[in-house]
Amino acid sequence: MRYFKCENLIEALGLLADPDTRFPLLAGGTDLIVQWRMGGRMPEGVIDIGALEEIRLIIQRENVIEIGAAVTHSMLIESNIVRRYCPVLVDACRTVGAVQIQNRGTIGGNIVNASPAGDTPPVLMAFDAKVELANLSGRRHVPLREFYLSYRKTALKPDELLTRIIIPKHGPDEKAGFYKIGTRKAQAISKVALCVRAKIAGGAVNDIAIALGSVAPTAVRAPKTEAFLKGKKLDSFAVDEAKRTLAAEIAPIDDIRSTADYRRFVAENLLARYLEKASDAF
Amino acid sequence: MGKSIALIVNGKRKKVKAHAASRVLDVLRETLKLTGTKEGCGEGECGACSVILNGEVVNSCLILFGQLNDGDDITTIEGIGGKKKLHPLQEYFLECGASQCGICTPGMIMAAYALLKKNPRPTHDEIRQAVAGNLCRCTGYAKIIEAIERCATSNVKI
Ligand SMILES: Cc1cc2nc3c(=O)[nH]c(=O)nc-3n(C[C@H](O)[C@H](O)[C@H](O)COP(=O)(O)OP(=O)(O)OC[C@H]3O[C@@H](n4cnc5c(N)ncnc54)[C@H](O)[C@@H]3O)c2cc1C
Ligand code: FES
Ligand code: FES
Repeated sequence: MRYFKCENLIEALGLLADPDTRFPLLAGGTDLIVQWRMGGRMPEGVIDIGALEEIRLIIQRENVIEIGAAVTHSMLIESNIVRRYCPVLVDACRTVGAVQIQNRGTIGGNIVNASPAGDTPPVLMAFDAKVELANLSGRRHVPLREFYLSYRKTALKPDELLTRIIIPKHGPDEKAGFYKIGTRKAQAISKVALCVRAKIAGGAVNDIAIALGSVAPTAVRAPKTEAFLKGKKLDSFAVDEAKRTLAAEIAPIDDIRSTADYRRFVAENLLARYLEKASDAF
Repeated sequence: MGKSIALIVNGKRKKVKAHAASRVLDVLRETLKLTGTKEGCGEGECGACSVILNGEVVNSCLILFGQLNDGDDITTIEGIGGKKKLHPLQEYFLECGASQCGICTPGMIMAAYALLKKNPRPTHDEIRQAVAGNLCRCTGYAKIIEAIERCATSNVKI
């Protein structure tokens, strides 16, 4: 195997630009190494980007926070910036595998692996995050909502690398929640995950973003349920109707981890749990 | 062929030579003959292969040798204690009956050691969380948690 250990971003982008050295990008390896073993063979080469300091930083700017793609789940959990501006991302990272996985697995790997059950994408989608994709000729920003094209397909081009995740800072008047239901608390891939971020005042919803994992081929937002809830007073009628809208809007499937019916039922109840808690807290 | 990396293994500086695509688990067991680190699942689920890399507990079955960097510090169970002198964690595991067949034990001790190094007085829940990535098919976990808890409250230095 040809093993390229990159010292800087330009070197990695240069390797990707040349079809002869366009090998898989290896960050933490917690997804890839398992996939290679299951598939029974290793690739001809790898481009190791796990040690690139340029994409291992968490930076705060005036209106956004920027997270380098090779930042690990443990680094996110410990970051004061993330704790302050996106505490539900910390909640999500704490549910990724167990400590051993959190210490190696990266946010970029979680996003690009594009599993519908990945835990950080629903949070990032609910927060209107963008991903920065770079190649040798430049960089572009894509909203995470548009990054996922279909099951395990993303907008990443073969010569591109995910460099940063950009999360807008949301006001202190917004409250967010992250809920994940799996077989057990640790080391469990989700059956359903839900992240909601909302602005609620005087019992009424001013603004709301709802994103889910494991209920569609990719992480998704629930725009119909969001539209229904905007401007509504949060009484039991509204909560019931929101549950119905969500159930009709998502399209979960039966698979080894769960059934479509169970997922729909749990997704509705998680939304209700958030709304009931949020209407008290605001 | 192969790649040479200057590591610190159980406190000793070592130039280690291996294929970049080998798993760190295999390099430890086969190249360095440190067979205390076990392989259970080989896919990140069981924690039997846990070692400490630069202070953090990691699964050595999910790291390629090439991912290591010059200067990396690896501690395996052999660096914690052995026949001549057991580490207090190992003493408490024995005393509490926290090890039966023993295959999970080195990994459990590494996870517990990493926890106590960072957080010498963990709560019961923090202990459970710290070993949540380590499976045991024998003990039912209660005795493992008890051993770690007793070690933590015994005031021995980790
Ligand atoms: C036991 C176990 C439990 C797990 N539990 C969970 C869980 O509960 N929740 C969850 O969400 N995930 C879980 N995972 C999956 C995995 O740990 C995460 O998805 C992790 O964040 C992947 O990051 P990585 O750096 O290890 O990715 P890698 O394996 O290095 O890469 C994954 C994919 O992303 C690509 N990639 C990585 N970085 C970049 C980049 N910067 N630009 C472009 N492409 C890139 C790689 O080429 C590859 O295709 C688990 C895995 C294991 C083994
Ligand atoms: S052998 Fe590495 S986690 Fe099971
Ligand atoms: S003692 Fe046998 S697996 Fe834990």
